[in-house]
Amino acid sequence: MENYLIAMGVSAGIYALMALGLNVIWGMAGLVNLGLVGFFAVGAYTSALLTTKLGLPILLGVVAGAGMGALVGVLVALITARLRGDYLAIVTLGFAEALRVIASNEVWLTNGTDGISGIPGPFRADLGPVGFNLFFLILVAALVTAVFFAFERLSYSPFGRVLRAIRDDDQVAAVAGKWVIAYKVQAFAIGCAALGLAGALYGHYTSYIAPEIFVPLLTLYIKLSLLAGGVGNNRGAVIGAVLVVAFLESTRFIIPLLPGLSAVQGAALREIIVSGALIVLLRFRTQGLVPEAHSHPLIPRQPGAAAKESPTHA
Amino acid sequence: MLSEIPQLLINGIMAGAILAVPAIGLTAIYAVLRFPNFSLASHATIGAFAGYVANTQLGFSVVPALFCAFLVAGLVGLLSDEFVLKPFRSAGFITTAIGSIALTIALENVVRFIFGNSLNGYDLPMQRDWRFGDLRIGPQQVENLAISVVVMAVVFAFLSFTRTGKAMRAVADNPSLADIKGIDAARIARIVSFAGMGLAGVGGMLIGLDTSIDPLTGFRAMLSVFAAAVVGGLGSIPGAVVGALTVGIGEELSLLFLSPSYRSVIGFLAILLVLILRPRGILGQRAY
Repeated sequence: MENYLIAMGVSAGIYALMALGLNVIWGMAGLVNLGLVGFFAVGAYTSALLTTKLGLPILLGVVAGAGMGALVGVLVALITARLRGDYLAIVTLGFAEALRVIASNEVWLTNGTDGISGIPGPFRADLGPVGFNLFFLILVAALVTAVFFAFERLSYSPFGRVLRAIRDDDQVAAVAGKWVIAYKVQAFAIGCAALGLAGALYGHYTSYIAPEIFVPLLTLYIKLSLLAGGVGNNRGAVIGAVLVVAFLESTRFIIPLLPGLSAVQGAALREIIVSGALIVLLRFRTQGLVPEAHSHPLIPRQPGAAAKESPTHA
Repeated sequence: MLSEIPQLLINGIMAGAILAVPAIGLTAIYAVLRFPNFSLASHATIGAFAGYVANTQLGFSVVPALFCAFLVAGLVGLLSDEFVLKPFRSAGFITTAIGSIALTIALENVVRFIFGNSLNGYDLPMQRDWRFGDLRIGPQQVENLAISVVVMAVVFAFLSFTRTGKAMRAVADNPSLADIKGIDAARIARIVSFAGMGLAGVGGMLIGLDTSIDPLTGFRAMLSVFAAAVVGGLGSIPGAVVGALTVGIGEELSLLFLSPSYRSVIGFLAILLVLILRPRGILGQRAY
């Protein structure tokens, strides 16, 4: 049971990293990215391939995974920089799908749908299963904390202010002399680095990755996390991720209680519940549990300003 | 290798004509409601399965089964838009688009819950391919092509000659002006949701007729359908047809140097290429 809780904690940490990344892209800069899982996959595959095929140290693999995530993020952002949001939605979603098809077919590199197994975990052999899980939980928690404080810092920095200005009205930001596209690209790069980092950690934790893991449902989980916690808010991103993992895991226990369902039906019902929850949440709580903080953490926001600033209303 | 090109062109035109049907549905919904409706994928799947039940359980032949596909997918589209997506619209198109992804996953799993994950084939008479020299054409493909052309003709006639069709174009073109003229936009939205998703259902079944269907049928085709609509110009119905033919032919020609499983990647590349070179698409409006 402890082991299960620890594993849940690790999942929550990985989701939190992704939600933090999404928060930079969507919450701060107001950019649409429905292909989160694609950047997550880029990080996972980069690190897994570097460590299994080239035998590089795990640390290097993880750094490369985050870097590759950022690089691909820059590429996608440059291509889509001038597009309207609805086109950005299509392109980012398509990007993740195209990537999954490539990962399923380039067998020489990714082992196709069989996936890559035997991805090394840090000190996995020395610590034993329970010790390894606990160590990884601490590692992920430390990374979430570090990324959280870095992004908090970023959010209150002049850079973060410009991002929010662009989110609220990019023409005004441009008139104020800000190079809007450069800021958008940087926001994508930073956010996608966090997504890539999460992907790399995921691979080293589970020791196995395959294309079927990187489905759009995962993107929805992260959106759900950020929406539950509060868009534009780093604390909300972390809290939301924990809530989402707890919710996802609880559905795992509810399904077996229903008699007469086959395994496929159980899995289908679970996805219906999860996507239904997202719809309900989107509909009734677009502000999330922790609404976006004012530009200063100590000065309370004015009542009524919240609805205007939420990017979901943009 | 070059000798394969005529065959691939024929296959591409046939695939493109089939693709045009759901692409018209998508682009019509976009034209009126102004958001990319990703739930198109599951509606195509629902249509494919509705047609499957009509075909295998009720013994309908292809054309009546396609009507069932249209009606069931259209009805689900109407209801899901009314009760799930409509409330999102005031929150902006991104929220609506995300909602439509959640919706599509939910609906896809409803299909999975009922029918399971296995592949299902339609009950069709076995027919030998026709041969013209080196070219092979399947009678079913020709029938699908004919059906697609008829569907397109009906859509164009509807938009050009009926009052509702004209009202639909008016709302797409300028909602406030249409409102001043007394056009009930909410009614038009319901009609476009029904017809658009109905077309998605027909498209799903036409795609399934060639091969087999499973709960992911619509999702696998989604990128190609979106590519067709974007290449032609989102919101333009003639554009959807042109885009679908372009994407269909492009996907088939890609078989010269890529494996068939890369089809949807070609669709994605087509989206990228068009958005870089001509963001409004071949026949559409500005994309930025």
